[in-house]
Amino acid sequence: MISRREFVRITTAAGAAMLVSFNTSCRNKISRWRFLTGEEISLLDAIVEQIIPTDDFPGGRWANVSNFIDRQLDSYYRKHQVAYREGLSAMGMTVFQLKGRKFEELPFAEQTDMMEMMESGTFPGDYWEEHSPAGFFNMLRDHSLQGFYGSPVHGGNREYISYRMLGLDYPNIIGQNRYKDLSWRIYDAKSPANGK
Amino acid sequence: MANKRVNAVVVGAGAGGGVVAKELATGGLSVVLIERGRWHSYDEHGDDELTSQRTFPLKCGFGPDNERNWRMSPDGKNGWVKVFPNQWSYGNNAACVGSGTVSYGAMAWRFQPDDFRLKSKYGAVPGSTLEDWPLTYEEIEPFYEKAEYEIGVAGDPTNDPFVPPRKKPYPMPAFSLNGEGIILEKAAWRLGLHPFPIPMLRNSVPYNGRPACIRMRTCVGYACPVGAKAGTQNTVIPAALKTGNCELRINCMVSEIMIDDKGRAKGVRYFDADNRLQEQVSDIVVVSASASESARLLLNSRSRLFPAGAGNNNGWVGRNIQDHAYAGAYGLFEEEVYDDVGPGACIAVNDFNHRIPGIIGGGVLCNEFIRMPYQFTSIRPRNSKMWGIEHKDFQKRYFRRHIAVHGPAQEMPVFDKKVEVDPVVRDFWGIPVARISGSRHDNDIKAGRFLAEKAEEWLKEAGAVSTWQAVPGKESTPSQHQSGTCRMGNDPATSVTNKFGQLHEIDNVFIADGSLHVNNGGYNPALTILALGYWVGGHIIDMWKGTKMK
Repeated sequence: MISRREFVRITTAAGAAMLVSFNTSCRNKISRWRFLTGEEISLLDAIVEQIIPTDDFPGGRWANVSNFIDRQLDSYYRKHQVAYREGLSAMGMTVFQLKGRKFEELPFAEQTDMMEMMESGTFPGDYWEEHSPAGFFNMLRDHSLQGFYGSPVHGGNREYISYRMLGLDYPNIIGQNRYKDLSWRIYDAKSPANGK
Repeated sequence: MANKRVNAVVVGAGAGGGVVAKELATGGLSVVLIERGRWHSYDEHGDDELTSQRTFPLKCGFGPDNERNWRMSPDGKNGWVKVFPNQWSYGNNAACVGSGTVSYGAMAWRFQPDDFRLKSKYGAVPGSTLEDWPLTYEEIEPFYEKAEYEIGVAGDPTNDPFVPPRKKPYPMPAFSLNGEGIILEKAAWRLGLHPFPIPMLRNSVPYNGRPACIRMRTCVGYACPVGAKAGTQNTVIPAALKTGNCELRINCMVSEIMIDDKGRAKGVRYFDADNRLQEQVSDIVVVSASASESARLLLNSRSRLFPAGAGNNNGWVGRNIQDHAYAGAYGLFEEEVYDDVGPGACIAVNDFNHRIPGIIGGGVLCNEFIRMPYQFTSIRPRNSKMWGIEHKDFQKRYFRRHIAVHGPAQEMPVFDKKVEVDPVVRDFWGIPVARISGSRHDNDIKAGRFLAEKAEEWLKEAGAVSTWQAVPGKESTPSQHQSGTCRMGNDPATSVTNKFGQLHEIDNVFIADGSLHVNNGGYNPALTILALGYWVGGHIIDMWKGTKMK
């Protein structure tokens, strides 16, 4: 895990007093998050909403995808902690320089433009040291989809929302919705139902 | 305290090892079955897609773990990179009691008779070490039958004109087709193909004291909640333990086969559950740890007479690793084709397994197991948007309106596609790790493209409004179907074991897993591995009766 000193060095070296102060202000509060800061979560919430937008079904933000990612960063994805700390900070600073506003404050369509730039490799990579904007984008994309479509046991997919969206009964309750009467279609090699 | 000497140590409680342990234990030998993993249950895993054995971004639920196991893989720049079990480049196979048979899809294929004499049928293949098996289909047939009856297979070959000859019917009736299976069956008949239900190591009716299948959507990649899916963990391993002759030691990692000065095995060294180095002395050692790990164990067992590893004086251990060049197609439909009747895969055609001009082998074509929601996020036509509203729309519209058809194209054995042990890198226990490298033979790509073409035609006939193919590439790391690294043969110069799985060079060491396969058929290999377990186990018993392997 990146040390606090290292984080300050990276961010101040990049001249982002803004983000450092956010981080400091959060420092002594009890956070509901495990690894990410409140500031990082608000940026991440906007990102996951871009990956899985709200339509007639809720999107990534409502489904607690950021919570999924935060939880994994404290367990299976500890190896990605540096990438997230660096990536979210670099992304936030770059957007602020380009647009004069925070990513999460931009109109949805402008956020989408930024995401497209990251995906295509045209997003400025100045603030990245160990990773690239495109590499970070791919990780965000994949992790967000895991959080939305994976099992709720990992902290995302709130109320099985993606399962409901796909018309899958949920949760899978053994002995209830899984015992189906399939006797009407026992395989019969001679039956006309089998196409001959 | 030293472990008591036993007749046989079996390394690995998967498909091959589970069967051998049971055969030896019921034959009266004292057996220690050593497994690096542990017991798993459905309750522990549920239907969690992110830690299944099918999609495993967080971890491989059925092992091995990322904390103690890694391998080296080519980095594409003439170097090596460390890879972990939940990366595709690792080439994982489950590590638990039952191994892959706990979480597999349970297709129960017999190889075609021609698969055992591929070289005779097609001739020598440039760039491949292709050879006939030293045993024929007729010799292995009774052992296929034994596997089908003891482990339990449901099937009906009536409509398959290419079914390998069988003396007895399947012990259980075939599974009914799900919704997409019925659509595909009709389309196949219209195309002049010969569709039939996939034989499954899964109870269609109560059998062997276990209940019938409840058609879960999460089957392949998951444990079965009711035990309807048959693996060695709920059949032969309990039977072995029940004899009183077999002790199962879990969470134990074997590091070496001990070889004496006369060049015979005297047992194994292993790290126990508390990571203490132990020795288990035995008359016989049976290695059934999967094609990659069995080869690794032999290569790591160096001694004066076998400086390059046990049974490897000819340099063939670890060579010729194969898997399958999976190929197929996806089709999108106007109407819903999804009916949530698992496991999904149910219908097959054997029409493209052999009998294809210009292609050696080929493979069976089947509809695919149910694609769960996260897995489906990456199933898109080329150049599709992979995020955003367009991606979500596709997910919503097509999850229930798509069918996947694919098949395991038979791979040609290639000498330089191989498992080695890394000279430097060691695992958690300090055991040199495996590194797997090499490229597929051109025939594999050709066969894969042919199968993909046929899969696409089948989907179009079934009414797909949009289709696309998925074809294999040159680079791959053999994983769940890995095979071929200790192949059997009559010529000790170009094989590792004789036709009974006995090492040419060390007569009290046997192999009983996919490593023995000379080639890997155009089918999922589980039933063949189980049958070879019975074959090898039976011959060990015969030899034991005569000589006690002294």
